[in-house]
Amino acid sequence: MSHISIRNLNVSYDDHPALKDITVDIPDGQITTIIGPSGCGKTTLLKSCNRLIELTDGVRISGQVLIDGINILDPAVDVTQLRKRMGLLSQKPYPLPMSIYDNVAYGPRIHGTTDRRQLDRVVEQCLKAASLWEEVKGRLRAPASRLSVGQQQRLCLARALAVEPEVLLGDEPTSALDPQSAQQVEKRLIELKGNYTIVVVTHILRQAKRLADHVIFLYLGELVEHGPAAKVFGNPREERTKAYLAGEVS
Amino acid sequence: MSRRRAEEILFRVLMAVSALVVIGSLTGVLAVVLVRGIPALDLAMITQVPRGGYYLGKEGGVLNAITGSLCLAFAATVAALLLSLPVVFYLQRDYAGRSPLARIARLSLDVLWGVPSIVYGAFGFIIMLYLGLRASLLGGIVALTLVELPIMARAMDEVIRLVPLELKEASYAMGSTRLETTLKVVWRQTLPGIVTAILLAFGRGIGDAASVLFTAGYTDYLPSSLTEPVASLPLAVFFQLGTPFPEVQQRAYASGAILLALVLLVSVVSRLLARKFEQYVIR
Repeated sequence: MSHISIRNLNVSYDDHPALKDITVDIPDGQITTIIGPSGCGKTTLLKSCNRLIELTDGVRISGQVLIDGINILDPAVDVTQLRKRMGLLSQKPYPLPMSIYDNVAYGPRIHGTTDRRQLDRVVEQCLKAASLWEEVKGRLRAPASRLSVGQQQRLCLARALAVEPEVLLGDEPTSALDPQSAQQVEKRLIELKGNYTIVVVTHILRQAKRLADHVIFLYLGELVEHGPAAKVFGNPREERTKAYLAGEVS
Repeated sequence: MSRRRAEEILFRVLMAVSALVVIGSLTGVLAVVLVRGIPALDLAMITQVPRGGYYLGKEGGVLNAITGSLCLAFAATVAALLLSLPVVFYLQRDYAGRSPLARIARLSLDVLWGVPSIVYGAFGFIIMLYLGLRASLLGGIVALTLVELPIMARAMDEVIRLVPLELKEASYAMGSTRLETTLKVVWRQTLPGIVTAILLAFGRGIGDAASVLFTAGYTDYLPSSLTEPVASLPLAVFFQLGTPFPEVQQRAYASGAILLALVLLVSVVSRLLARKFEQYVIR
């Protein structure tokens, strides 16, 4: 399992700072939630971990994101190999414009798996892990676009698992889902921790409390407080954390 | 009646009228072409080439122009497609994005779109003169490709620009390269739009007279080689309308009807194909 540590990370968009000097370690095999009001840099921090942040126009990054001691922000790092290790669940599920089967097989295929039986096995295994298998096993060739939004998000989870990542990143992964689907996704994440290091951005405090082993609280691009969930939620050290948890800042 | 309700009704009526004008234009064109052309439309029209005295009203058909037009338009569409795809893929923000080269390329396409096709014809003709070539299928294909390229590329560009960034991100997040994302995800997502772009260009190409006038020439024979002149339907319409004989003028309208039928046929087939892919598109 890989270990993520962030050192003096600064990110700005068109000279407008989004993250200021973030230094934090993300514990292995646990769920870390990143909380904070809108626009505080939660998604920026998450996307710095798989360098998707680079796709944004006018972005400037300095500092280090170390994964197993290697600074992944170094341009020499092979970004495709890096991203293979980091599964992503986005806010709104975006299945790929192809069949359910091809969605899950997409990752293994681009990374070189061609054996049909092996692909079949991976697809079944990942759909089961995302608890979608029973609902789709009879129509694997159907377009993914026909699934409900909740199913689509579980498909995205299966797709992410198919490349055998070490880390799962979730960017408010339940915000587009109905409460029941949201619950299913949360349950899957809790089942998966232990085998994966999971980082979830959420703006729902209750969800953070349900999921988190570890909490990072950001406010206006600054790291205000971080630590074990029980401590941050039960006995926050900082005034700003207290105010946010009490619902006074949003 | 309240002012807002009146506004609502007024604008609905205006929009419906505009839609009717569109439908009316097509119906009008179809009606004229069919009413005048049908009396001359027989099997010989589409199965024979002009015989001696055809342009005086004797027997024969426009098979030379039908096959010529199909060769010209299909080849030019394929050539324009082979040029358009790399261009529009390159214009994505993932590649050239907002670089000066991309901006100039986009501006060039916009300007090329507005260039009258007779100018492409003249341009092609000058180059052919320079190279010592005469009017030929190849010359016509090159000129038509120039006519079709900006239409096709610009229409595709608009479709590809609409691909949600998040969809590409989903692909990148799996560790795919830009090329894999473009060829496997962007391509599948935009395929219905790409088919429409190809159709627009094909329709414009097969109906264009001015660009092939000097470059492809005209002949009463079927297309036989790239270096020989070919006939085309738009020019068949043009030449036959220019004769003083009513029978031959009727055949001009019949040729126009054949041209319309070809465009319609190609549209319907492509739309059916596109629908098959449309179900995969992520909204």
